[in-house]
Amino acid sequence: MIEAQGLTKHYGSKLAVDQLSFSVRPGVVTGFLGPNGAGKSTTMRMIVGLDAPNAGNVTVNGRHYHDLPWPLHEVGALLEAKAIHPGRTARAHLWMLAQANHITLKRVDEVLGIVGLSAVAGQRAGKFSLGMSQRLGIAATLLGDPEVMLFDEPVNGLDPDGIRWVRNLLKGLAREGRTVFVSSHLMSEMALTADEVVIIGKGRLIAQIPIDDLLAQSSQRYVRVRSPEIAKLKAALEREGATTVLGEDGSLTVQGPDEVKIGELAASIPVVLHELAPQSASLEEAFMELTGDAIEYHGELTTGPVVSREVLR
Amino acid sequence: MSTGTIRPSVGPVKALPPGRYGLPELLASEWTKLRSLRSTMWTLGITVVLGIGISAIATAETRAHWSSSQISGFDPTGTSLIGLFFGQLTIGVLGVLVMSGEYSSGTIRATFSAAPRRPLVLLAKALVFGVVSLVVAEVVAFASFFLGQALLSPPAIHATISSPGALRAVAGGGLYLCLIGLFALGISTIVRHSVGAISTFLGILLLVPVVIRALPSSLANRIEMFMPDHIGAAVVTFHMGQETLPPFVGLLVLFAYAAALLTVGGVLLVRRDA
Repeated sequence: MIEAQGLTKHYGSKLAVDQLSFSVRPGVVTGFLGPNGAGKSTTMRMIVGLDAPNAGNVTVNGRHYHDLPWPLHEVGALLEAKAIHPGRTARAHLWMLAQANHITLKRVDEVLGIVGLSAVAGQRAGKFSLGMSQRLGIAATLLGDPEVMLFDEPVNGLDPDGIRWVRNLLKGLAREGRTVFVSSHLMSEMALTADEVVIIGKGRLIAQIPIDDLLAQSSQRYVRVRSPEIAKLKAALEREGATTVLGEDGSLTVQGPDEVKIGELAASIPVVLHELAPQSASLEEAFMELTGDAIEYHGELTTGPVVSREVLR
Repeated sequence: MSTGTIRPSVGPVKALPPGRYGLPELLASEWTKLRSLRSTMWTLGITVVLGIGISAIATAETRAHWSSSQISGFDPTGTSLIGLFFGQLTIGVLGVLVMSGEYSSGTIRATFSAAPRRPLVLLAKALVFGVVSLVVAEVVAFASFFLGQALLSPPAIHATISSPGALRAVAGGGLYLCLIGLFALGISTIVRHSVGAISTFLGILLLVPVVIRALPSSLANRIEMFMPDHIGAAVVTFHMGQETLPPFVGLLVLFAYAAALLTVGGVLLVRRDA
């Protein structure tokens, strides 16, 4: 269980996290969704006590992180890939963390096996790919068999196999009754993994809802229509209260009435239809609609869909 | 690759001692950190090999160009310990890297996630590094001394470890290196960046004394005796000027510097975001 109340953090005059309150419960995967720069990483760093909030409060299992007697046995956090000394072997990196929390060398080898790094356990982390570093970071989160687990953009740098593996791992961890909190700037990734999402933009909470509700609520439907007498149809639809946009290719995008109503209206005029195609907004569009006025860096968001296509490949 | 059980297959992980993580766990962790880096082992190796090597070469040179006029005022102990002045540079740089390496690699965040009580982490780091550097420095000091005295064959004069002040110079020289290492660790904890911390360390050790020499000599002499390099010279050699701290007092002053820097570093560790 993670509980944040009024969490606020500013760096100089820049407000990174603004009065953020949410709770993450055990047994489900909770997605932490927001555009780049929305304050996700800062929030996660505050949960594990690396950054101190300027105001507000965040607890893990009812306690501040600083007061946990054996932190790695209660919380496992993957905050950034490549947070490993390049000169240290994978095994030595995990072993020095394990020793700090009374975890055995046997467990170190066990988690190396779980993430599939046994064969390279003795290699220096500096030679690791981003994907291997992510796996090593995930191995570190598993060391103490913790109840609460945080993952900041865990699929970054992973190949499609690795992405599937992380998804299954997260779901498996939640099924075992753990609290799993995963950040992502990709709505599509969250739709596949998360049961519930905490959505933030510009450091502020936008929504905390079950993923299914989010998808249902925000999936906008519209209909694309083509007709040789499009102007006539457009006028008739607008009289009925529909919103229409005439595209450059001559197609009309209609929002309001569904394809049945549009077809009936066309027949009653009568107007010939060349196309009548119901469309639904993509997940990314739904996400952007929600966070639309809370986008920090417009330049970065425009690359969002490109990245997501890659991820969904 | 298995996606199955995350729980350990044999034996409970949760068999934890009562209480919470503390110094014993962190000492073990820091010891693993120190010896798992090839760069650390290399630096310590270079300190030993070049430290003893430079001492031996310098002493052999002195013996080769020996003239009887040198006898008065010749300091066989100090001569044989010249290598320590090289050793202070490598030990100091290592002291910097022990902390700044964690920041540059991002390991510090893993470290503080495992052990959020940061001053305790710093204490463990200082203890482990302090003991390791003391052992290495004493090895360099004693080896340099015995090798050097063996090289100073007649007609040159040599000392024995029971000569007046010899043991103080040798053992004190090793301790001086260890304290210089902790001094550098303190600087690194405050500065956090390798380049900045190494520059600061070398600046205080090598550059500031030069600047001080440019001051009027009455003032320079009074400030100089409190500089780390001067304290080191006073511990290792016999014939220093009037304005010098006694060796034992000098080492105490250097210890106080290191302790003060580490204390400030510890306070900043708590105050600053990691």
